[in-house]
Amino acid sequence: MRLYDLSFYEIEKFFYKLAELKDIISDTGLLSISPSIPQTLPAQGTVMAKHAFPIFQKGGVIMDVTNVTQAEIAENAGAVAVMVLDKLPYDVRKSGGVARMADPKIIEEVMNSITIPVMAKVRIGHYYEARVLEALGVDMIDESEVLTPADEEHHINKWEFKVPFVNGARNLGEALRRIYEGASMIRTKGEAGTGNVSEAVKHMKIMNYEISTLISLPEEDRLKKAREYQVPYQLVELVVKLKRLPIVNFAAGGIATPADAALMMWLGSDGIFVGSGIFKSQDPDQRAKAVVLAAANWEDPEIVLEAQKMISENKSMMGIDIKTLKPEELLQVRGV
Amino acid sequence: MKVGVIAYQGSFEEHAIQLKRAMSKLNLTGEVIAVKKPKDVDLIDGVVIPGGESTTIGIIAEKLGVLDEIKAKINAGLPVLGTCAGAIMLAKDVSDAKVGKKSQPLIGTMDIQVVRNYYGRQRESFETDLDFRVIGGGKARVVFIRAPIIKRTWNDATALISFENGIVMAEQKNMLATTFHPELSESTIVHEYFLSKIKK
Repeated sequence: MRLYDLSFYEIEKFFYKLAELKDIISDTGLLSISPSIPQTLPAQGTVMAKHAFPIFQKGGVIMDVTNVTQAEIAENAGAVAVMVLDKLPYDVRKSGGVARMADPKIIEEVMNSITIPVMAKVRIGHYYEARVLEALGVDMIDESEVLTPADEEHHINKWEFKVPFVNGARNLGEALRRIYEGASMIRTKGEAGTGNVSEAVKHMKIMNYEISTLISLPEEDRLKKAREYQVPYQLVELVVKLKRLPIVNFAAGGIATPADAALMMWLGSDGIFVGSGIFKSQDPDQRAKAVVLAAANWEDPEIVLEAQKMISENKSMMGIDIKTLKPEELLQVRGV
Repeated sequence: MKVGVIAYQGSFEEHAIQLKRAMSKLNLTGEVIAVKKPKDVDLIDGVVIPGGESTTIGIIAEKLGVLDEIKAKINAGLPVLGTCAGAIMLAKDVSDAKVGKKSQPLIGTMDIQVVRNYYGRQRESFETDLDFRVIGGGKARVVFIRAPIIKRTWNDATALISFENGIVMAEQKNMLATTFHPELSESTIVHEYFLSKIKK
């Protein structure tokens, strides 16, 4: 169990300040669309409710699914949530073309058949795919580089939504910019659809390195860093105080085996996203169970060994070596 | 005293911090430990089942043999606090507001009927103020995330706090269940009350 110096409530008070700052900016007309969440009690869609949700996903595995059958396999294996997609990242990579949000009818079918949370992806900057998913009632929206970006310059202003968002990041600056835009959860970008964990490892290590560097810097240099990252200084200070990202951070992109999941937990991620790794393997039922077991018990190599024995390496998805991908085939570089 | 938190998945870190805050408020010396294996259960004087996904926590705890161990200990009087998913784990009767009955591994020691996802989905998650006078506190703000509700209690299980049309905190001998998340609150009153049950 990792313990931090601040309680959730203290972190949350800070986020309310950030949200107020956003309100002030929008009231002065600097943002085109102004958020308006009424704060009567009981209050829905508050900053508190949005940041609390990912806490209950920690230690768990979120699985990509494309239909009800897969969603039920995920639920029975002990997934904490499912992410509904039109195509698994591996198939997005193969099929090419523009990748968009999943069919709302399929998302709805999944929502009606399982009890765990249901998430779905929208294109980066696509306010209306997000509005549609919010109207549908999905539990969390992933503004994802796996889909084709709708806006090459801007991400969605997530403070405007009642539904919490998860965003990808490859380093501390990207993560803090997404948090400042109102993301409630971060995931490493990895390199989705490759079955190759190396990029997720790289991003988590960069994040850890940048956080420890930040902590060791004198105040004036931290100010400089805040400017470099294009985020308020207070956000940088919060990271220094906590010695970690102030919100939940999962690992994603290329996780295919129980040992991959345990490795990412050991590197400090709060939980795991598994994309193509499960339903592009030939043993999805067993593999889903094994990855769940390994993620929750990563401190114990004997249990990870037991999980690794539940699957067979020759049934794992065929991986793609990142070095064989052309620069234009990389998904992680979308939306910085 | 040693308090265990079931630490596979969910808000176990938040509970640990909150337990430590409550201990220092009450001037108690104690330790908080993660419970993951059957042998951890032997070490503790009380246990917290955190918020998270009850299916996930149940499946892993059953697989590792912790579920039966905890159940036996609770039946023998081990104080337990179950929040949200934890309350679902403790209930004898569980169903889902939309999907109905589904089989999932549970502890099932408390005479309460729980309905999962009662208020709806994450969009309907909310925060509100509750009155904690009945356990010696004041008003405090708490958050309900995809929360269940306690529909009814029987035998010697009793409702402690109600909100709108349902019970949000219930007690039965050594067992406490809340459908909200006291571990994310500024107030430590629920954890203080739980620790007072361990002292007895």
